Amino acid sequence: MTGRRIMTADEIRRAVVRVSHEIVEKHAGTDGLVLVGIQRRGVPLARRLAAAIREHEGAAIPVGALDITFYRDDLSLVAQQPVVKGTDIPFPIDGRTIVLVDDVLYTGRTIRAAMDALVDFGRPEAIRLAVLVDRGHRELPIRADHVGKNVPTSREEIVRVSVEEIDGEDAVTIERVEASVAEPVA
Amino acid sequence: MTEAPVVAEVAAASQAPVEAAPVEVPWRHRHLLDLDVLTWPDIERVLVTADAMTEVLARPIAKVPALRGISVTILFYEASTRTRVSFEVAAKNLSADVVNIAAASSSVTKGESLVDTVRTIEALGARMLVMRHDRSGAPYLAAEVFGGSVLNGGDGWHAHPTQGLLDLYTMRAHLPGGSVAGRKVVILGDILHSRVARSNVWSLTAAGADLWLCGPSTLLRGFEAWAARGAAAGRRFQVTSDVDAALRDADVVMALRIQRERMTGGLLPSLREYAARYGLTRERLALARPEAIVMHPGPMNEGVEIAPDVATDPRSVITDQVTNGVAIRMALLYLLAGTLPGRHEPGGAAGR
Repeated sequence: MTGRRIMTADEIRRAVVRVSHEIVEKHAGTDGLVLVGIQRRGVPLARRLAAAIREHEGAAIPVGALDITFYRDDLSLVAQQPVVKGTDIPFPIDGRTIVLVDDVLYTGRTIRAAMDALVDFGRPEAIRLAVLVDRGHRELPIRADHVGKNVPTSREEIVRVSVEEIDGEDAVTIERVEASVAEPVA
Repeated sequence: MTEAPVVAEVAAASQAPVEAAPVEVPWRHRHLLDLDVLTWPDIERVLVTADAMTEVLARPIAKVPALRGISVTILFYEASTRTRVSFEVAAKNLSADVVNIAAASSSVTKGESLVDTVRTIEALGARMLVMRHDRSGAPYLAAEVFGGSVLNGGDGWHAHPTQGLLDLYTMRAHLPGGSVAGRKVVILGDILHSRVARSNVWSLTAAGADLWLCGPSTLLRGFEAWAARGAAAGRRFQVTSDVDAALRDADVVMALRIQRERMTGGLLPSLREYAARYGLTRERLALARPEAIVMHPGPMNEGVEIAPDVATDPRSVITDQVTNGVAIRMALLYLLAGTLPGRHEPGGAAGR
């Protein structure tokens, strides 16, 4: 892997544990709490948060997966239709507090799309946001409630989150790209 | 005429594709005119996308904004209920703007040519054109002049590609293991006039099914030659008039409508004789595997090609075909929309 490593596997593990405590603290318990990971790497992160909460609270939190492809605001701009990874929210969300989980918070457009998608499933009590890395450069008025690590970046850099479940290892790296190289579709 | 010989010997699952995780191949087809040009990874991409659409259809609000602002025109020169409505529902579920034109009530009755009609529809803002025509090949002509995407909703005897895909999708949903590779699939009935049979040949041979086409020899004309040619190209299927041999141990039995409106003299002695010799009855279905599924692309002539009690049998998945048709058409509209001209603007890289 190229690029500078900004989080190690241990640091990711500690960040997940800390954020899991923050989520329960902010919600004042686990009643009515559900986690929804955004495809793809938000999903394993949501599962890890749920596992951590089960460990220290003894409560099983439902975990769903959300694919925001059909809600993207740039579908008419990308050259190829993105491959759909699938949505699976096998529980009602009416009146629940949903914690959206994603790997990187950048422009905020993914989160906008995710919120549009969620309200098609029902009327949650509240939607909160937990991310592993917040790299700044928001284009919409969106902020995260829980952040694993704040990383100042420039727009010419790419932040890559690797997770064991998908990539075979846990790491966060940052790399610089030539301006002419478009960022791959998230 | 003697019984049609079995031309292509099937080596079971010889073409069995590796049904792996979704292959991330780029989708390159701007039009969907027939399935002959789709590779197996293309077909897999459609089926995987249809899975996502099936999930959308199960939501409390079965509507996503993927095709917002895209105008879809549905132009049907032939009578249809399920296909036309299915396309309309699919496009609306994706938030497209839908315009319906029935040729019978359009300027077509004043003698407007197909090419002029298509140009007019494009000038009115259509980006996608779903079309059914009684002449084989008509959508190819439309695709030559239309600037957007053309989807063939059935042309003459030639092709009905969305039906071929939804039938494959339905079989995969019901067969153990979720694969048709090596499964015995029988298409029984009026093969000659059937665009459904022709499109199913492409999709099912690509999927590695053990495909049998069965009907009276007068309604199989030309298919023996295709089977011989297809076998050379790795597309294996059998053609027979022996209904018992075809149905024995079948995993899937699909009955086709006797197309009375396309019959021209002497192909069948009578509907009653057809029903007696080739109709899918409970007794004939007993030759198939006990867990075999029964399909029909509709509309049905109950009591002719399919007995009423077979159509409503628990093994019948005919209504599933209709529901799956919406998911498949949503998937295709979504994939084709990705190829519309004017999409490749710079700065289109996704923000997170």
